[in-house]
Amino acid sequence: MSISEKTIATVADMAGRYEAGFVTDIETDKAPKGLSEDIVRFISAKKDEPEWMLEWRLKAYRRWLEMPEPEWAKVEFPPIDYQDAYYYAAPKSAGEGPKSLDEVDPKLLETYEKLGIPLREQEILAGVQDRSPVAVDVVFDSVSVATTFKEKLKEAGVIFCSISEAIKEHPELVKKYMGSVVPPGDNKHACLNSAVFTDGSFVYIPPGVRCPMELSTYFRINELNTGQFERTLIIADKGSYVSYLEGCTAPMRDENQLHAAVVELIAHDDAEIKYSTVQNWYPGDFETGKGGVYNFVTKRALCEGRNSKVSWTQVETGSAITWKYPSCILKGDNSQGEFYSVAITNGRQQADTGTKMIHIGKNTKSRIVSKGISAGHSNSTYRGLVKILPKAEGARNFTQCDSLLIGDQCGAHTVPYIESRNKSANLEHEATTSKISEDQLFYCMQRGISEEEALALIVNGFAREVMQHLPMEFAVEAQKLVGISLEGSVG
Amino acid sequence: MLHIKDLRASIETDEGTVEILKGVSLDVPAGQVHAIMGPNGAGKSTLSYVLAGREDYEVTKGSVTLDGVDLLALAPEERAAAGLFLAFQYPVEIPGVNMSTFLKTAINAVRKQRGEEELDALAMLKRIKATCAKLDISDDMMKRAVNVGFSGGEKKRNEVLQMAMLEPKFCVLDETDSGLDIDALRVVADGVNAMRSPDRGFLVITHYQRLLDYIQPDVVHVLAKGKIVKTGGPELAKELEDKGYAEFLDEAA
Ligand SMILES: Nc1ncnc2c1ncn2[C@@H]1O[C@H](COP(=O)(O)OP(=O)(O)OP(=O)(O)O)[C@@H](O)[C@H]1O
Ligand SMILES: [Mg+2]
Repeated sequence: MSISEKTIATVADMAGRYEAGFVTDIETDKAPKGLSEDIVRFISAKKDEPEWMLEWRLKAYRRWLEMPEPEWAKVEFPPIDYQDAYYYAAPKSAGEGPKSLDEVDPKLLETYEKLGIPLREQEILAGVQDRSPVAVDVVFDSVSVATTFKEKLKEAGVIFCSISEAIKEHPELVKKYMGSVVPPGDNKHACLNSAVFTDGSFVYIPPGVRCPMELSTYFRINELNTGQFERTLIIADKGSYVSYLEGCTAPMRDENQLHAAVVELIAHDDAEIKYSTVQNWYPGDFETGKGGVYNFVTKRALCEGRNSKVSWTQVETGSAITWKYPSCILKGDNSQGEFYSVAITNGRQQADTGTKMIHIGKNTKSRIVSKGISAGHSNSTYRGLVKILPKAEGARNFTQCDSLLIGDQCGAHTVPYIESRNKSANLEHEATTSKISEDQLFYCMQRGISEEEALALIVNGFAREVMQHLPMEFAVEAQKLVGISLEGSVG
Repeated sequence: MLHIKDLRASIETDEGTVEILKGVSLDVPAGQVHAIMGPNGAGKSTLSYVLAGREDYEVTKGSVTLDGVDLLALAPEERAAAGLFLAFQYPVEIPGVNMSTFLKTAINAVRKQRGEEELDALAMLKRIKATCAKLDISDDMMKRAVNVGFSGGEKKRNEVLQMAMLEPKFCVLDETDSGLDIDALRVVADGVNAMRSPDRGFLVITHYQRLLDYIQPDVVHVLAKGKIVKTGGPELAKELEDKGYAEFLDEAA
């Protein structure tokens, strides 16, 4: 078979190629369809929230009604009918919030096992699964169903729980920090999240503590027509360190699903947060683009303290549309922000992603490395802003954006904004766009490597600078995911 | 072993279709080394690419079999698994992919296609180390990206390393000697000679008689303007060194 015939055959066989695309058949407790003040109250009541939280949500909801949709991103989709979705869905068995693992519905455990998420503490500790221990918070549709290794983390003084639990158990921390980095009125998606957020993770690392293990949250959207409104808040107190990872998957559905998340990170003096994402939401049908997740995410870090550091690493392979700009506000003197991104689009996917680095403090440093890979009929845009404020004496930024095109039906765009209001700033920007090299593919194939595997190898090489920032345990998975998400793109 | 019969191949250019191979016939029996010499632009590299299955070239006529297997019907990676190896005239750089990952991927891909078990990391490492030592290649080079920043000579030695590791049946070497210093030439020739065996064949493309002093060919062919215009013994290479290709260029025209 010639190469192109083979590719056609591969594409034809593509049904079911999204391995996380199955549905869990489980009884759910849902809010009535649509969005209103009553729904906001419903969610708050379901979560048994204090009055102040409800007020906060309602304020955001009223604000949301007035806000315009952001329209500057290079993505196209029909207007979202907010009344045609469910804003709360929880497995009936989840009951009153997260439980110990023994009590979790076996159907849920099975779902995560199928997805390769390690949940069984005993087995992990006994070394049955050959990875180093990772604590996991598991969010299924609108609720957190379990959080592992809580006790062990507690011994170190680390708080790791669902945001719903934190609102009840640690209201002083939540009140102080929630909305302090991403205020409800920041943008329409963030505002909607503030009104109807359902679950997500809460992390607090006390002063001087190095979190003893990787923390992670695994998000799964299961229900039909259900939005997921993740809210995550991570606080690293003075001199602490934490590495956190989030993973995401959803079943294959013909309807679009909305995932509007808000993630806020706060790093105090000398603290460091490493935040990694491997995003593999269902991308929609390969040929027609039907279905898939709208991934509208506001992620922002405040480097509040001196010498604080936040590093974002993301591998974005899924979603029909990705709208996401993990950013850093570099307020503390000598604080540092990093953004390492690999965004792969294939089929009919669209991604508009990048970062903002806002330099406020003296000698603040930022580093941006973005690798965009577009295949099929997809479109990928890097959008970035580096802003140097007048007091940011000695600020430095390095930006590198590389785009790789596979085939001639896809697009790659780079939109870097730079605003410097301090003459001492040192800014470097490099950008390249290239096509996948036939010479490289042929060289690999002559050595016995199939075209698809060669492509995955070359693309992983292209993205290496970013991939090497992922925690070890996830790097291998992410490399495989690169291969899977490029399936059907050569020929 | 390798039978090439009346092979014609052309390429699409902006100016239309250009025929580059104009009926090449060649037989290399198992255990033999054949050399191909010929002027620049004669089609030597094109022949090697067509054998390896590069898509840009369209085979319009003829056949190629390796131990009875119809190579032209196979995809490039299947030809590699069938035992064909090409040492490139211009080895390709692959940024971000280190040599050991590349070798591991290639060896296991070939083993899988041949129905053999994949090698584990340790066995692989041992093999790589042993082969590197033979070819005077430092372990450090295995940590570097494929051909990136390699010197001309290092690239060529790296081709021979891959050849040794993939255990092919038939090796095509396209100007593996050019760019090598005298010591490196000997190392490469030793590497090739060590692989010579009664069931393996070689096609060695070169411009220089000197390589053939180290790797003694059984037969020498002259390729000019897309055709084999003369075939002889090792003495033919010496004759060409003295006279050049003028006579063939006129004849073939
Ligand atoms: N992709 C291509 N596009 C246009 N012309 C090509 C292409 N590939 C080969 N040719 C032409 O075919 C002819 C043969 O090229 P080839 O590289 O096979 O020569 P060669 O014998 O290997 O030469 P050298 O000794 O210089 O390596 C040349 O005239 C070359 O320009
Ligand atoms: Mg050549």
